[in-house]
Amino acid sequence: MIAEIGLAALWLGAALAVLQLLGGFLGAREQGSELTPLVRPAAMLQALLCAVSFGALVYAFAVTDLSVELVATHSHSMKPLAFKLSGAWANHEGSMLLWITVMALAGGLIALIEHRLPSRMMMATLGAQAFVAVGFYLFILLSSNPFKRLSPVPADGNGLNPLLQDMGVSFHPPTLYIGYVGLSVAFSFAVGALLTRNVTPEFARVMRPWVLGSWIFLTIGIAAGSYWAYYELGWGGWWFWDPVENASLMPWLAATALLHSASVLAARDALRTWTIMLGVIAFSMSMLGTFLVRSGILTSVHAFAVDPERGSFILILLALYIGGALVLFALRASTIAEGERFALFSREGALVVNNVALSSILGIVLLGTLYPLLTEAFDVRVSVGPPYFNPVSAIFFLPMLAILAVGPLLRWRTDSFRRIRLPVIIIAVVTIAVLALVLALTEIGILPLLGLAMSVGIAIASFMPLRGRNILRTPLPIWGMCVAHFGVAVALFGVAADTAFQQERLVAASPGDVIEIGPWEARMTSVSPVAGPNWTAMQGDLLVSYEGGPVRDAHPQARSFWAPQGETSEVALLTRWNGQLYVALGNMADDGRWQLRLWWKPFVTYIWYGGLLIAFGGMLALLGRVIGDVRRRSAELREDRRRADEAELAAS
Amino acid sequence: MKRLRYTLWIVVGFAAALFGLFAYQLSQPKDDFVESAMVGQPMPAFDLPPAVESRPGLSRADLADGEPKLLNVFASWCIPCAAEAPQLDALERAGANIVAVAIRDRTEDVDRFLAAYGNPFTRIGKDDISEVQLAIGSSGVPETFVIDGNGVITYQHIGDIRADDVPMLLEELRKAGS
Amino acid sequence: MIRWLIPMLAALAFIQPVSAQDRMPPAPYAYTQLDDPALEEQARELMHTLRCLKCQSQSIADSDAPMAGDMRHQVRTRIAAGESPDQVREWLISRYGDYVSYEPQVSATTWPLFVLPIVLLVLAGTVLMRRIGRRKGDDAVDDAA
Repeated sequence: MIAEIGLAALWLGAALAVLQLLGGFLGAREQGSELTPLVRPAAMLQALLCAVSFGALVYAFAVTDLSVELVATHSHSMKPLAFKLSGAWANHEGSMLLWITVMALAGGLIALIEHRLPSRMMMATLGAQAFVAVGFYLFILLSSNPFKRLSPVPADGNGLNPLLQDMGVSFHPPTLYIGYVGLSVAFSFAVGALLTRNVTPEFARVMRPWVLGSWIFLTIGIAAGSYWAYYELGWGGWWFWDPVENASLMPWLAATALLHSASVLAARDALRTWTIMLGVIAFSMSMLGTFLVRSGILTSVHAFAVDPERGSFILILLALYIGGALVLFALRASTIAEGERFALFSREGALVVNNVALSSILGIVLLGTLYPLLTEAFDVRVSVGPPYFNPVSAIFFLPMLAILAVGPLLRWRTDSFRRIRLPVIIIAVVTIAVLALVLALTEIGILPLLGLAMSVGIAIASFMPLRGRNILRTPLPIWGMCVAHFGVAVALFGVAADTAFQQERLVAASPGDVIEIGPWEARMTSVSPVAGPNWTAMQGDLLVSYEGGPVRDAHPQARSFWAPQGETSEVALLTRWNGQLYVALGNMADDGRWQLRLWWKPFVTYIWYGGLLIAFGGMLALLGRVIGDVRRRSAELREDRRRADEAELAAS
Repeated sequence: MKRLRYTLWIVVGFAAALFGLFAYQLSQPKDDFVESAMVGQPMPAFDLPPAVESRPGLSRADLADGEPKLLNVFASWCIPCAAEAPQLDALERAGANIVAVAIRDRTEDVDRFLAAYGNPFTRIGKDDISEVQLAIGSSGVPETFVIDGNGVITYQHIGDIRADDVPMLLEELRKAGS
Repeated sequence: MIRWLIPMLAALAFIQPVSAQDRMPPAPYAYTQLDDPALEEQARELMHTLRCLKCQSQSIADSDAPMAGDMRHQVRTRIAAGESPDQVREWLISRYGDYVSYEPQVSATTWPLFVLPIVLLVLAGTVLMRRIGRRKGDDAVDDAA
């Protein structure tokens, strides 16, 4: 029954989306439409219906209702409750339902609170939002129904892939989804602005919190995904440039560029066309990522949702929305008046460099990811991996970091070097000093070397915009920028330090053996079997100490799951402020010794601390913007009331 | 402004080309065979000990004795290898000389496998570290190579041999002999 | 990695199925480092740029697949025998084609990969140069004002 309610709510939501689509686009015309008053309620009601539908699916998973096919194929009665719940979205159908739910909630929220923009533009925006939503409703209802019943009801479910039975990964996909879908809101605003020829700073201010919000979620999602890969895969790698990772990186790059260009548009009414373009591209990258991952076009061996029908469906949606928006853009772009001008040596100039660099990196990641697909069409197979992506993206990344250090010090419109000479000299001297020091003390590659030096320079530079400001009265968005830029420095430091200084030990050890790695000493005491709720494991017991300090336990496991079958490596991580010791247990060799893999990874955790700082900076900025909006709105309200009072006085 | 318009239409064209590529690739059957670059090349030097007592081992010299052969790369732990056993029998009955390399396999397991599924092989080399497999550009089991009388690889078949592959392999073997 | 994709795909990509696995011990140098740290470092760097042919988007340095272990053994033994990393890469490419190497070489099939960054640099330069040109115009206006 619950499943039928979920399905019915979804159909009703789809019907409302059609209403919103018609009402929105008709209402965007000069003459308006009778449907206009219905558009906002339709959006809000949809949010409610989708929430009900998603709730129904989560309920089915919580009680392991095996008569629902999705539950039977992806869950198991013996699974811990948390993973039963996360099973609801850890599959194709459930994740698409999550997608449409987040989208409906975002649409409902805009309809509820956003009253700053001209009505026609709002109608066009909500119409565009519904246009995108209708496609996804159809996709779910016609080819990915999560509520399909199964008959006869099986005795138990298939279970969830063991690698996914992990808290990190349970919340990682929804995080990224919210980011992806948030960009659909930016897309709708961009289409709305194009349709009503209304590319204004006000539009940028309204769109910005949505971009900021989805960018925060994308940042957290990518950082979490990277950490998950790091500890779950058992080989110490945290970024592989594989197509699926790239699929999540591309929207982030576009969103980062959009965030910065929207700031220019909001503050200075410049970069109008470019901001619209990025709005379209950012969502295109979300859709493209979904397509690449879902269609199986790039991941051939592992049949997850590799279904040509689904792939074709997403491709049609992709072509319709992205192709449509690009054509609309090409037709309308020349009618957008050019924005305010500015000198190259100005805040805007620095942000243009940032945008050009980010877009170039996006172009490289896009080409590198799709190139094997292209050559395959000609029966040639090639691989593009880290040896290509690392240096080529660095060509654009390093200059961008240099500008990141200086840009925030510049004034809007035009500035002179003389004014910022002192801070620039300080940053340059520090950077060069670190460079010289590292060069003198160690022998490391050029990229890690530059990374280390620049990370220190940027760390100092990131707080320089606070110079000469009253700390207590500095607006939150400025703080947000400083923290986020500092986060970039921290993450860069972690990446460079781990790349340059990590140490690796692969040994076959028996109990009693002592292994030395870097400053660590590890003594293996025993290997014994342990059992969990749906797995058994061999667990290694090690006593480790850092430079002869206190002894700590490490328990790496090699786990075997039985529902479904699979093996994972649970690594032991010993975290210190200056890095992590990473211990993985392998198989038993013929002579009874156990394979152990150990890495000492100096400052590796800074990569994810940096990612979290970047996201935290985004949150500060978002908070600042929202508070600012609320204040402005209540001030306007007071002003209106005052005027009304005056009018009354005058009348009496 | 005009220049901007052109640029934008180029972007639209690029997107269209991309969608076209996706559509084309979606319609293509997806195979992930990694073809060997050694087809047309002479077999590299190797010398493997016998995998079972009943058959001799395999070396480069055995493959350059003037008679074209099929070289089957298999393993007892590989399920498709069992599935292709009847086809190998059919090839043997049709007169093919089939030699084999057992990948990462124990003698007792290979014996059990041959007892269960038949033994069409004249020689079986034991390759515990996939050295021959890597040397001839094979990326999995089972794979079947056609080797001519001079020890040159003339054809590679990836995956298990289906019934309708048998005549094709015999034809390849005939070509290698002529 | 991605997948709501990312995690899911990655999971599928990296999981080790229990069935159809051999029972042989790994090759000697699959999980054992070379004694010479300099040679091991060369081997390690090389292994990170070679594709595991049995896995999805993983290098042989990141995989538990038996074939990846055997490939690591080949790499380490060849490096230990005095071959340079480039020679080992060439040896594998002559067996499996360019697909086995994550480091694309400039060739008739890969040149666009190397042309694009140059095109992007030129484009970026052009965009910025046009801004500089414009600044001069603005300065003139400022002077006049």
